[in-house]
Amino acid sequence: MAIDRPLTTPGPNGASPAQSAVPVGPSLDRALAGLDALDDAGRSARGTLSQRLWRATWPKLIALAVILLVWQIAVWVHWKPYILQSPTIVARQLWDLLGTSYFWQACWVTAQQAVIGYALVVVIGGIVGTAVARIRVLRAGIAALITGMQTMPSVLWYPLGFMVFGQTSKAIILMMVLGAAPAVANGFISGIDHVPPGLLRVGRILGARGLALERHVVLPAAFPSVLGGLKQGWAFAWHALMAGEFLILINPLSLGGRTVNALTQGDFPTVVAMMIVIVFIGIMVDVAFTRVDTSVRRRYGLLDTSAD
Amino acid sequence: MTDTAPVPTRRANPRAPSVTLSGVSKRHGTGDAAVVALQDISLAVAPGQFVCLVGASGCGKTTLLNLVAGLDRPSVGTVDVATGTEDAEELAAGGDRPPGSAPQTGGTGTAMLFQDSALFPWLTVAANVELPLRLRGVGRAERRAVADDLLERVHLGGFGPKRPHELSGGMRQRAALARALAQDAGLLLMDEPFGALDAITRDLLHDELESLWTDRGFTALFVTHNVREAARLGDTIVLLTSRPGRVAAVYPVELPRPRRIDSPEIAGLAATVTDQLRAEVGRHGH
Repeated sequence: MAIDRPLTTPGPNGASPAQSAVPVGPSLDRALAGLDALDDAGRSARGTLSQRLWRATWPKLIALAVILLVWQIAVWVHWKPYILQSPTIVARQLWDLLGTSYFWQACWVTAQQAVIGYALVVVIGGIVGTAVARIRVLRAGIAALITGMQTMPSVLWYPLGFMVFGQTSKAIILMMVLGAAPAVANGFISGIDHVPPGLLRVGRILGARGLALERHVVLPAAFPSVLGGLKQGWAFAWHALMAGEFLILINPLSLGGRTVNALTQGDFPTVVAMMIVIVFIGIMVDVAFTRVDTSVRRRYGLLDTSAD
Repeated sequence: MTDTAPVPTRRANPRAPSVTLSGVSKRHGTGDAAVVALQDISLAVAPGQFVCLVGASGCGKTTLLNLVAGLDRPSVGTVDVATGTEDAEELAAGGDRPPGSAPQTGGTGTAMLFQDSALFPWLTVAANVELPLRLRGVGRAERRAVADDLLERVHLGGFGPKRPHELSGGMRQRAALARALAQDAGLLLMDEPFGALDAITRDLLHDELESLWTDRGFTALFVTHNVREAARLGDTIVLLTSRPGRVAAVYPVELPRPRRIDSPEIAGLAATVTDQLRAEVGRHGH
């Protein structure tokens, strides 16, 4: 089958016309540098910090103004006049609250609970998720169970927490873990499932085997969707924490406990002020997650920079 | 390594690995659904040789590279990647060359280039190049120095801190080339590495690849559907048939280097190979 005939015989010194004009050495350097400069040009900047801040802020200010206006109108038309107080009264109450050590103690108690609970959620969800994604038997056994658990409202874990740990903060932690770890685990599972097989092949070619492959290829490749799971896990953990603080009055000094106390005393401005604080914390954490997510996607090249 | 030999393209580098395929067949799937990707392929790639595999769709080019890379096993036959003799002696004597140090004569292992650069997006360009060294346990300072040298070598000095997505396609392929070189492998497999690039960039990368191969003397197996590209780069062109992939013809390319893709000699050779390729493809038309 093989055709073995040289098609061209080079001259005695190996020279041919083909050799003369090939860009090698400095001329190749110059050609490539020129091409790179052309390719690299025109990458746009993202605008100054103040411009970006303003673009992010003004829609939120308008939304806030609309909410306050609706609230104020409800007060003006005397809707539930014995309960509903005006935004200014609530604002004054909130301001006074911010000046009390009582309030900051409540924040501290809740923050501690949140940090411990969420750390457990991440560790347990991460280990379970990675194991289920990479070990076939586990996937067959419990992947469906994890998805099922994720659809359960965390407050449904209250009876279990109460039975196992009674009226203790451990019961709240249990509610957080059972309510939120499945979301984190699912983030890990779907992230690892969606790692392109081509990247694994490249990793093996480069010499990554076993745990090195997980550490240097699988987990970094999965990270953007893992981050989505972590964010969702935080939302579930925060729901579970608030539900727990409302239901389990082990520590009335927590944010939830303080709110329930104010409610039983008919202190409407404090209830609303506390609700505002709780919503504010939720928004702040969400903003932090979004910032991390954006910067990760920018680094991975997953962000449409023209739409920034 | 100089071009003073009578036939400059036929250099042998005894220290680079050779590749031998003997009666290799590969079936995907089983029973009636089985597809024969490769049938009875026998091929010998000498140490330090640059072999281009050309074929139309379905000739099993990627399957063949996977077999040589050891990512897959043949259904029948053997694939043998033999380490160059002197290298083996060196290894036996406990001699160890620092990775990435010149002159490169081909170490053990296999590196691979893909059509998309397959750089890891979560790492900077420099960290991508450092990764194979890191996986081998090379210390931070040393691998940084090696990566800097290699990036400089592929004309990407100063682009180390960039992310892959910030580079153009041609720059990414050069970065991937630097990463492959960081593996210090004696065998470089390339799966249509320049297939997605524009013609100007591709021509320059041919020059770049040829110059790197001349410097380092690795054994190269280059898959392409571009006949001119094969004539531009290869010492030998192997034409594969499609469905199943078999060796249809082998053309030695005895043209001096460096070559130009638009030279009449390359055009003439490409025309001969293209005619044969069309005849092979035509057999599937009815």
